[in-house]
Amino acid sequence: MKPAVTKLACRNIWKVFGPGGDRFLRGAAKAPSRDAFTRAGLIVAAEDISLDVIAGQILVIMGLSGSGKSTLVRLMSRLIEPSSGELIFEGKDLRKASEKELIEIRRHKMGMVFQSFALLPHRTVLGNVAFPLEVQGVGKAVHEEKAQEIIRLVGLAGRENCYPRELSGGQQQRVGIARSLISDPHIWFLDEPFSALDPIIRREMQDEFLRLQSEFQKTIVFITHDFEEAIRLADRVAIMKDGRIVQIGTPEELVLAPADDYVRQFTKHVVRAKVVSVRAIMTAPGPDAAYAGSVKATDHIEDIADAVEKAALPFAVQDENGRIIGAVGRRNIVDVLIGREQS
Amino acid sequence: MQRAALSKPLPAAFWLALAALSLSLAFYAKPLGEALSLEWLVDYPKLWIVPIQSQISAAMHWLIDEASFGLFTLREALRFLSGLMEVPMNLAIEGLATGLLSGTGSRAVEIFPPLSWIAVTVIFAATGHYAKGWALAFVQLACFLYLALFGQWHSAMLTLASIAVTLPFGVAVGLALGIACHTWSGFDRFMRPVLDLMQTVPVFAYLVPILFMFGFGPVSAMIATIIYALPPMIHNTTLALKAVPDELREFGTMVGCTPSQMMRKILLPSALSGLMVGVNQVIMSSLNMVIIASMIGAGGLGYDVLFSLRRLDIGAGMEAGLAIVVLAIALDRLSQALATRHPPARKTTSRAFPLNYPRSFLCVAVIAATWIGGNWIEALQTFPEGWQISTRQYWGELVKAINLNFYDQLEAVKLFFLATLLLPVKGFMLGLPWAWVIGLIALGGYKLGGWRLALLGTMLFGFILLTGQWDYAMISLYLCGVSVLLAILIGAPLGILAAEVKGFSRVMRVAVDTLQTLPTFVYLIPVVMLFNSGDFSALIAVTLYAVVPVIRYTAHGLDQVSPNLIEAGKMIGCSKWQILTKIKLPLAAPHMMLGLSQTIMFALSMLVITALVGTRDLGQQVYTALSQADPGLGLIAGLSVAFIAIVTDRFAAVAAKWLTAGG
Repeated sequence: MKPAVTKLACRNIWKVFGPGGDRFLRGAAKAPSRDAFTRAGLIVAAEDISLDVIAGQILVIMGLSGSGKSTLVRLMSRLIEPSSGELIFEGKDLRKASEKELIEIRRHKMGMVFQSFALLPHRTVLGNVAFPLEVQGVGKAVHEEKAQEIIRLVGLAGRENCYPRELSGGQQQRVGIARSLISDPHIWFLDEPFSALDPIIRREMQDEFLRLQSEFQKTIVFITHDFEEAIRLADRVAIMKDGRIVQIGTPEELVLAPADDYVRQFTKHVVRAKVVSVRAIMTAPGPDAAYAGSVKATDHIEDIADAVEKAALPFAVQDENGRIIGAVGRRNIVDVLIGREQS
Repeated sequence: MQRAALSKPLPAAFWLALAALSLSLAFYAKPLGEALSLEWLVDYPKLWIVPIQSQISAAMHWLIDEASFGLFTLREALRFLSGLMEVPMNLAIEGLATGLLSGTGSRAVEIFPPLSWIAVTVIFAATGHYAKGWALAFVQLACFLYLALFGQWHSAMLTLASIAVTLPFGVAVGLALGIACHTWSGFDRFMRPVLDLMQTVPVFAYLVPILFMFGFGPVSAMIATIIYALPPMIHNTTLALKAVPDELREFGTMVGCTPSQMMRKILLPSALSGLMVGVNQVIMSSLNMVIIASMIGAGGLGYDVLFSLRRLDIGAGMEAGLAIVVLAIALDRLSQALATRHPPARKTTSRAFPLNYPRSFLCVAVIAATWIGGNWIEALQTFPEGWQISTRQYWGELVKAINLNFYDQLEAVKLFFLATLLLPVKGFMLGLPWAWVIGLIALGGYKLGGWRLALLGTMLFGFILLTGQWDYAMISLYLCGVSVLLAILIGAPLGILAAEVKGFSRVMRVAVDTLQTLPTFVYLIPVVMLFNSGDFSALIAVTLYAVVPVIRYTAHGLDQVSPNLIEAGKMIGCSKWQILTKIKLPLAAPHMMLGLSQTIMFALSMLVITALVGTRDLGQQVYTALSQADPGLGLIAGLSVAFIAIVTDRFAAVAAKWLTAGG
C-alpha cells in the first residue's frame, strides 16, 4: 500500500452564521456551548471540524439536510470564509492565500460539481465544458480540442452543440462533470452531484463516476445525503450531524463499529455482505486444516459467498503477501447474511 | 413600544368617532375657527408660506445664466452636451423619416432618401419571424401596414427614430447603474430612495428644469424620456442579477473568474432574459412619454395628439392616438418575444453564405431594391397618398352624432356624479382644517406603523403645507381618492370574475394587457370626446387607467391561493361562494393591498396628465409651471405629488402587513 498523503486538511474549522458571529467566537476563551450561540442569535454551521482528505481517495461527507455538509465543502474551497481554523492545501495554508493566489489555485487545482448542475444556459455543451479554460485565457483552438476529448470521455460525443435545456438531467450532470475535470484539478469537490437525478440514472452515474475515478485517481470530496451512495463510493465516510462530524471511517468500520445510535440508524439497513470484508469474520486457521481454496482478506463477503457456500471445506484467507492468516467457512458467511451474532 | 402599538388595534368605535368628528369639522371648522379666532389652524395663512419656490427658480436662473467653470459656462457645457446628443438623433430622424437633406426649409434638396416604408415593414416583419415565427411576423406586418395605410407613416417614423436613439442610451445607462447597485451595496442603499422618488415624481415636474437646461427640441425630449425610463431598467437589472442562482456564482468563483469575468461571462448572460424585460419596459416607457415629451420639442405622433387635443380636433387626435397604440403593440410584442426567445437548437452551416442568414439577406435585398427602384417608382419610396384612408371625419361626425343625440343623457350622468359624489367630497376635503389632517396622518401612521411612519407622513405633508400647495394637494387627494374608489368598485369584481371564470380570464387578460400598453394620454381622447373638460372627465380617465392594477392584482392574488387549501375547503364541504369568501379572498387580501398601492400610483400619475382637461389640482400647478417656465413651481408641485404617493404607498404597505399577520 502506498503511504497516505494528505492533500487537504481541515484543522479546527468553525463557521458561525449571524451578525457578529466571528467576533463572538474569537472573543470566547474556550468554545462556547450551543446554547450560548443560540442566545446570541447565531447559528453554528460547522463546529470544530478536523479531517484529512487523502490523495487519490474518495472522502464522502454524508449528512441529512441542515447537517452542514454543503457548508463544509464550501468552507474547504473557501467559497465561504471560515470563522476560524486552518485549511492546509498541499502543505500551504489556504486561508492565507491572497485573492489573486486563490484565483490561480481555483483555476488550476480545484474542480467542483454542483447539485443543480450550474450550467450556463446561454452556452452549448462545448461552450460550457471549455469555459474554465476560456477563463484562464487559453487559446480557442486548444480549449475546444481538449473539451471535445473530455466530452467524449463522459459519453456525450455528438451533443457538443446542444444547449443545456435540450439535455436530460443525467446528461446535464455529465456536462458538469466534464467541465470540472477539464483543467485537470488536484482536488475534486462534488456537492450532491446526483441528488437531483432519478434513482436509476443516479445508479448509472455512480458507476460512471467510479469508472472515471479508476481512470484518473483524483482526490475527491463527495457530498451526499444518501448513505447507500456514500458506502458505495467512499474510501472513507464522514458522517455529519448539526455541524459536527460524528464519525469518520471506512464503510466497513462504520457498519461494524458505529460510534453512536445516530450512525447505527443508517448502518442498520445496509446489506452487510457488500461492505464487510473477509478479514472481519475470519476465524483462526487450524494447524493443518484442509482448504477448498483461498480468498483475500480484503475481499467483500458478497464476492466470495458463492464459492465458499458451494465447497464443503473452508477457504484459507490470505493477506496481501499471500500468507495465510485465517479461515472462512459456510457458517461465517451465513452469519453475515442473516445478521446473526458471530458464533 | 412599536410592537405594543401594533398588537393592540384600537376599537372600531374610535375610528368611527374620528370619522364623525372629521365630517363635522369639515362643515363647521370655518365658522368655529372665526369664532375662536383660530383661523390659522383651518386655513394656512399665505404669509407663512416659505418662499422655496422662488428660491429654486432664482437658483436655476443663476445656474443657467451665471454659473461658470472658468473656461466655459454651464450654459455652454449644456449646449455642447445637447449638440453631442443631437448627432445620433438627427441621423435616426434622417434615416427613418426625412432623408438626408441639404439646405433648409422648402429649398432643401434630398441627397439621400429615408428608408422606404416597404423596407421598414420588411425589417420589422423579419425580426418578428426571427423572434417568434410567422404569427409575430404577421402582427408586425399588419401594424406597420396600418401606419402606412392610415396616413400616420411620417409621424410614426419620427417617433420610432426618437425611440431608436433613446433606447440604447437608456439601456446602457440603466444597465451601468444597475450593475453598480448590484456590485456596491452602499450605492444600492443610496439609489433606492432616489429611484422611489424618480418613479413617483410626475414627469411634468422635471420637464421644466430640462427645458431650462437644454432648450426646446428633440434632445430635451430625449433626456426627459431617458430619465423617465431609467428606474425600471435599473430595477430590472438588479432584480435579474440577483436572480442568478447562487450555484452559478459559486461555479464562477471555483473556475477562478475575476470579478469582471464573473460579470461579463456569467452574471450578465445568465440574466439576459430578465434584462430584456427591462429593455421592453424602456421601450414602453418611451412610448408612454411620447406625448408628454412633445411638450418640450419631440415631433411625431405625440405632437400630433397634443396639437389636436389642444384644438379639440377629436378626429385627428384619435387617429394619431390609435397610431401610437398600434406602434406600442408592435414594439411591445416584438421586444417581449425577443426577451423570451431561446437560441435555436443547432446551427445548420451547410447552406451557402447569403442563404445561411435568409432574413438578413432579405432585408438587405429589400432595402437595396426599394432604394434603387424608388428613383423611378415613387410608391416604392413613399406610401402613395391616394391609397391612404383617413378616418378623421368619421370620428368627428361620431362625436357630433353622439352629442346631438345623447347630449342630455350624458349631461345627466355627469351632473349626477358631480352632485352626489364629486362636489360633496371636494367640499369635505377642502373644508377640513390642515391641522386636523396632519394630526390624522400622524395618528394613523403611529397606530399602523409606529413613530417612523408618523414622522414621515407629517414631514412630507408638512412640506406641502409650507410651500403653499395645500389646497391643490387636497383637490388631488379628492380626485385620486374618488377614482381609486371607483376603480376598486369596478375592478375588484372584474378581477374576481377573471380568476373564477375560465373563459373570461382570457378575454380579461387581453383587455388588461392592451389597456396597459396604451400611453396615458390616449385615455383622455374618448373621454373629452364625450364629456368635454372638467373634473368628471378627469375622474373617468383616471379611473380607466387605475382599474388595470386592481383587476390584475385581484386576479393574481386569487390565482396564487394554494390549491391544497381549496381542495381542503371542498372536502370540508364549502360551497363555491364559501370557498371564495372564506378561503380565497382572505388569503388574497395582502396581495390586493399591494395592488391598492399600485392603483394609487397609477391614479396619481394619470391625475397630473388630466390637468390638460382643466382640473385645479397639483397637476395643473405642474402644467402651469411648464407653460410659465417656472422651475421652482414645477419642482415643488411635482415633489408634492411624489410625497402624496410615497405616504400612501407606505401606509398601504403597512396595512398589507397587518392583513398578512391576521389583523
